[in-house]
Amino acid sequence: MTAVQLGLPTRLVDITVDGETVRVPEGSTILDACTAEGKSIPTLCYGDTLTPVNACRVCMVEVEGSRTLVPSCSRKVESGMVIRTDSERATHSRKLVLELLGSSVDLSTTPKIAGWIAEYGAKPERFGEPAQPASEGELDARRAGHHHSTDGSFAATMHQPPKIDNDLYVRDLGKCILCYKCVDACGTQWQNSFAIAVAGRGFDARISTEFSVPLTDSACVYCGNCVEVCPTGALTPKLEHDLRAEGRLDESKQTQTTTICSYCGVGCSLTLHVQDNQIFKVTSPHDSSVTHGNLCIKGRFGFQHVQNFAPNDQAKSPAD
Amino acid sequence: MDLHFLDASPSAEERAAVDGLLGAPETGWEGGERTASDWHLAEGGHESRSRRHRLLPALHAVNDRLGWISQGALNYICQRLTVPPAEAYGVASFYALFSFKPTPKRVVHVCTDIVCKAAGSDAVRAGLSKGLGPEGAGSGKVTWHESPCLGLCERAPAALVIEAGDPQRQQVVAPVTARSILDAADMPIQELASEPPVAAAVPQAGDPQLKLLRRVGVGDPTSLADYRSRGGYQALRQAVRLGPAGVIREVLDSKLVGRGGAAFPTGRKWDAVARQPVQTRYVVCNADESEPGTFKDRVIMEGDPFSLIEAMTIAGYATGCRQGFVYLRGEYPRALARLQNAIDQAREHGLLGPDVMRFGFGFDIEIRRGAGAYICGEETAIFGSIEGFRGEPRTKPPFPVEKGLFGKPTLVNNVETLVNVLPILTEGGPAFASVGTGTSTGTKLFCLSGAVQRPGIYELPFGATLRDLIELAGTFEDRPLRAVLLGGAAGSFVRADELDIPLTFEGTREAGSTLGSGVVVAIDDLTDLGAMLVRIAGFFRDESCGQCVPCRVGTVRQEEALTRITAGRPKGSLKQDVLLLREVGQAMRDASICGLGQTAWNAVESAIDRLGVFEEAKSS
Repeated sequence: MTAVQLGLPTRLVDITVDGETVRVPEGSTILDACTAEGKSIPTLCYGDTLTPVNACRVCMVEVEGSRTLVPSCSRKVESGMVIRTDSERATHSRKLVLELLGSSVDLSTTPKIAGWIAEYGAKPERFGEPAQPASEGELDARRAGHHHSTDGSFAATMHQPPKIDNDLYVRDLGKCILCYKCVDACGTQWQNSFAIAVAGRGFDARISTEFSVPLTDSACVYCGNCVEVCPTGALTPKLEHDLRAEGRLDESKQTQTTTICSYCGVGCSLTLHVQDNQIFKVTSPHDSSVTHGNLCIKGRFGFQHVQNFAPNDQAKSPAD
Repeated sequence: MDLHFLDASPSAEERAAVDGLLGAPETGWEGGERTASDWHLAEGGHESRSRRHRLLPALHAVNDRLGWISQGALNYICQRLTVPPAEAYGVASFYALFSFKPTPKRVVHVCTDIVCKAAGSDAVRAGLSKGLGPEGAGSGKVTWHESPCLGLCERAPAALVIEAGDPQRQQVVAPVTARSILDAADMPIQELASEPPVAAAVPQAGDPQLKLLRRVGVGDPTSLADYRSRGGYQALRQAVRLGPAGVIREVLDSKLVGRGGAAFPTGRKWDAVARQPVQTRYVVCNADESEPGTFKDRVIMEGDPFSLIEAMTIAGYATGCRQGFVYLRGEYPRALARLQNAIDQAREHGLLGPDVMRFGFGFDIEIRRGAGAYICGEETAIFGSIEGFRGEPRTKPPFPVEKGLFGKPTLVNNVETLVNVLPILTEGGPAFASVGTGTSTGTKLFCLSGAVQRPGIYELPFGATLRDLIELAGTFEDRPLRAVLLGGAAGSFVRADELDIPLTFEGTREAGSTLGSGVVVAIDDLTDLGAMLVRIAGFFRDESCGQCVPCRVGTVRQEEALTRITAGRPKGSLKQDVLLLREVGQAMRDASICGLGQTAWNAVESAIDRLGVFEEAKSS
């Protein structure tokens, strides 16, 4: 957990969750309160190090007196609130959100989603065969407020070729659910680089640089903090992307090692993701009080030197 | 802010367009000539970031002049305003009226929305396609685009022609034919058509019983003296006599509710803003009227612009706001000209400014033009648009009265709501409340279009029935009425045998419909209802901001299913596809962030359940 300032003791308020009265700290979100009560509410756009944008609408719950469902990730509890996490309306919405997402983007690398799709009985395929993937740049050129009608026999998707315009990470926007987390991490919430933003509108809304120029022409500093927060694998380190593309990514062979970055004196915590004695990804623990999950280009991508040993040394581990 | 710019420079013309709005750049940091003193000066911080709200006007300046926004132009705007280029592109690409590739100077926006479609816009489309090439074709002098409702429904089918240049010119052509556009390709834009006087849209014009429309078509809407001679600024005098608390009491007593569609009690909103502890507050007039079938606010702004200025001044006085914004949709050239003229004249005569009418309070108004985005009429999306961000609705709470424009307490009211304040003050709240029914008080403007003899704006006291209204406009004997669309695309259909529905907020609600913004589209037996539903679904797909999943993807799936069904090729069975529509519709209604997604399925649902368009699948 992120270190928090100790303020005045928090007041507790009574709320009702699925018929049970519980006391939770005032000011906590419905999601926090329900999670503490052992309820499992799926989330996608919620990020533990970011301000909730409540865009994905998969965490919706029913609150008595509210005309619509409310997003549990951002709505704060109020005394006397009566919450239903498993009402028919709430589960219907969750199922539909999973179906709508599953029918429009590739969720194959989204952690946990297969379980939720099974749990809620979602059938993304019921909207019809997916339409042919778009050609490179086709979706970037769409004009706001205009679309070409189809005959409805195919389901429109965001499927498109991945954007590989640099050596460090890949943007596979066919997997993007538009959770805004990368934009927030790149912007005022963490990095202040402002290399990417949401462009376009409606179904054609997309994460983009200015005029969709390659990242190498943009303001990107390759900190990879967008990759860190991406919930679907739309943003993936190049090495991991290549391993997956070659079919060599194998979770059973992977280990994670936590260490401290040796580049400068800040002392960022690193988690090295290793397969076959090769680092393929570096992350940072989100609860680290130094990084909150963020790194710079050196910590995130500058690991090659630790494995640059001569070919005949490869059998030995560097520690030997 | 350490910004990174693309390697592209603005042309002299692009630079001039931006400088025309913002003035010449003061330093090299802002994109001007770099001088020796710039090396000893760094710019940044809050001061430079606070210019962001001029992003949309700056984008307009370039697009107006050149017809499109180049990389160099965007770079220059970003330098001038300290906005990251990626974010500025995100904002610019949110709007339908901006282009990012070289475009012919003259662009014809052809309304293809429900009313114009029923009035023959398909033929206009086909004709332009033949004469100018496909939509958006980039060569030649003229190109064309399909457009959502242009708010000219009384003269359907309509088109708006925009010609880039210095100054940019706009001309409404309604009713339009492809021939009239093609034949005039070489003529100056003003000669394309002449716009009839506003009174042509108000069949009741001159009727002494009118309250909100009493000056429309009677006085000279460009003259302040004329406005004052017809009772103008008496309400403001009365307001000052009563004091801010007194004004709010009158508005509360009048039981006025918002006319934009949500019907929230206006007095409570005013009271809430007035009670805020924060001193900087804003009044925002929502004139982004874009609901298909709605054109009442246009008629007020074109026909009686000073009344809106006076009403906003009263709102500012009562709630302690010094600055007002009119967020006007980008497709209303005459309303823009009339309103700007009214503001200029009011300012000149001390009716706006630091000391309004020497009453000791300051208030001023700025117009902000939208650029083709229905969603910006959502009461929180409007803030993002004015601030220079994407027009995406925000999560409520916090509500605008607490945290609105620039994070300050903000009063957002629709044009029609605001002008109701004038009779409330001159007659008194209780007298105003005596008209209408107990809960719907005063009079209401209705936008009548479709299969009626005299389409236009009608003003009726609350309590009149749908039949009263339609009889006023007259139907055609040989074209029996099949249904009525109430409330616009976000509203619902009612059957021709349900015309006794009282046109009140509670009456329509009881009947399972909605008054919405007062749209009444009469549909006869010649209208292809299925095609109308597909168009409504297409409208929501185009206008969704894309923020939340239920609306972003749900509106697409809704359009796809309706297209399949109306073409007679449902997936599985008709029943199955209608069930799919229902399930998607329910999720959009329950889980969307804002009213757009929440109402995107209303009209379709009512067409299925009330009209029985897909008879066999009714109430499945």
